[in-house]
Amino acid sequence: MIFADLFYNLRTAGLKVGTGEWLSLMQAMNEGLIKPSLSDFYQIARALLIKNENQFDIYDQVFVATFADGALPEAEIEKFLQWLADKKMPQLDEAMITALQALPLDELRRRFEERLTKQKERHDGGSYFIGTGGTSPFGHGGKNPAGVLMGGEGGSRSAVQVAMERRFRDYRDDRVLDVRAMQVALKKLRRLSHQEGILELDVDASIDKTSRNAGELELQFSPPRKNDVRVLLLLDTGGSMDPYSELVEQLFSAATHIHHFKHFEALSFHNCVYEKLYTKIAEEKTIPTADILIRHPHDTYMILVGDAFMAPSELTDRYGAIQYSHHNTTPGLEWLRKIKNRFYRSIWLNPMPLRSWSQSWTIKTISSVFPMFELSVRGIEEAVDHLRKMPRRQESGT
Amino acid sequence: MSHQSNWRGTSDYIADETLMRIVNVAIQLGRPLLVKGEPGTGKTLLARSIADGLHMDLLCWHIKSTTKAKDGLYVYDTVQRLYDSRFHDKDVSDIRQYIKLGPLGKAFTAEQQVVLLIDEIDKADIEFPNDLLHELDAMSFEISETGDVVTAKQRPILILTSNSEKELPDAFLRRVVFHYIEFPARELMDRIVRTHFKDLPETLLQRALDAFYRLRQIDGLRKRPSSSELIDWISALLVHGVDSENLKNEYPFLGTLLKREQDVVLAARAVMAIRR
Repeated sequence: MIFADLFYNLRTAGLKVGTGEWLSLMQAMNEGLIKPSLSDFYQIARALLIKNENQFDIYDQVFVATFADGALPEAEIEKFLQWLADKKMPQLDEAMITALQALPLDELRRRFEERLTKQKERHDGGSYFIGTGGTSPFGHGGKNPAGVLMGGEGGSRSAVQVAMERRFRDYRDDRVLDVRAMQVALKKLRRLSHQEGILELDVDASIDKTSRNAGELELQFSPPRKNDVRVLLLLDTGGSMDPYSELVEQLFSAATHIHHFKHFEALSFHNCVYEKLYTKIAEEKTIPTADILIRHPHDTYMILVGDAFMAPSELTDRYGAIQYSHHNTTPGLEWLRKIKNRFYRSIWLNPMPLRSWSQSWTIKTISSVFPMFELSVRGIEEAVDHLRKMPRRQESGT
Repeated sequence: MSHQSNWRGTSDYIADETLMRIVNVAIQLGRPLLVKGEPGTGKTLLARSIADGLHMDLLCWHIKSTTKAKDGLYVYDTVQRLYDSRFHDKDVSDIRQYIKLGPLGKAFTAEQQVVLLIDEIDKADIEFPNDLLHELDAMSFEISETGDVVTAKQRPILILTSNSEKELPDAFLRRVVFHYIEFPARELMDRIVRTHFKDLPETLLQRALDAFYRLRQIDGLRKRPSSSELIDWISALLVHGVDSENLKNEYPFLGTLLKREQDVVLAARAVMAIRR
């Protein structure tokens, strides 16, 4: 099977390309719809095999690996490509160009790998090691026609070069949120309220209207009376969340712009929930946590956002709160359990990457109380799915 | 489908090479084309351009959150029939009078091949695209109230757009050809803008493009300005006779580019920072 490697490499990289889609690509080739150029193949194959732009980046990597004879890139090389990007091109004189043009690609590649092992750090403007703006045959922005291109534009743009650009890196959804992804993720929070909203025939009102009309038929359609999606957002604004503060602010401001929740409120806490919650992120106005437990109906969606990362004593000890103003006679963990017991539809969103969660005792403990999801596009999707699947429960006698 | 399709954009819609290729391949393979992209990148206009370019009619189906797949095929107007029957002065026995074909139904019954745009397909219920699948595969459907079967005379060219509000179901995605319209790079944008304005002064255009792309770079904008907003802005500049000198580090009529208050504040800060 022609180009079978591409198909299997895509699947190995985690993209679920189906045989039907592959066959459609074969059909396109069979009918002469693809021009005899790798670039055209790159475009058409992508259009027929990859159905979401958040997979474009992986496709690019696999494409390079399949057609440029390399290994599938790893994390270090990605970082490498990152800092090689956008530097100015130097001027090479004629002599250098001729000398370099004499090197065949294999030889270049061998020397490249050799220097990669020798080089220990970033390097700019030189002539031997791999770096930017220099005259060595390796790196980026060099005027070396025989060189190994690392990211960015070269002279003519072949499919491989285009794919190496990794233009779609930002579109991947497995990264913790950045600005653009925020929009998409929050749009998914909207799913929370789409359970209701279809016009239905209001039989009673129709009968009433018809009767008032002396028997002339008059039908009444109304939105269903129940539209009571309520969302409570509790945000951690403690010190360890500082690197994520911009993220949290954006989440907060974007969430407040969703108008179709019947009730939406956002409150904040420092590191852990204690007996008081802050009503505005920056200010010190507080309300008692017990208030929240009483005021809101038990089927309110409760979303806690935080890194769940603190000293164990902050979680488990009385007076464990590190902030002086909290004199919590009840340990933080108890408060968290109270919240979970009251609001059965609660989840926790954590901006720290999933793989680091097992290293912290407090994260593990808190995730045993609340279902915990990553604060990323995918994480929010999973969280919303999880919330939607929970059936409504009747209020049990307390 | 084996005859060559050769759509190359139209005078009012500049398409890049990739888009042209993918549109033509989708048409030739007889598969729907799903288009995604930033708002304002011309996804909906694409369908119009394809129809114009290929000299076909365009049917539009703008999806709402309450749209059901069946509505695209046909609607049986029961309420109207009920009202008509009140005074016994109309013959309501023929149900066919109350069957109205939806956009897909009309596309099937058209004499010539048409382009059917299904706009914002992700707005509808999550099952919606799957519900359409059967009819799309079979190219026919049955009107259950009358027993009539409607069969497509030819396969309509389906252009679907999505705003990524929801994930679309896999079974549906497998059937489509997918394209993501990237935001135009400056060179392409230059050509796009020119199609909208005759006699645009060159310096004004270049300075406006500079300013526009600088604005898009600003970190943290809630809604980055899109191509349609650029065109509105240039219109405003032209109408008010703004000198291109003023575009070096100012943004007159910023409200045409940025629609959110926070963004305007951010932009103002960025401009101040550059000035210093």
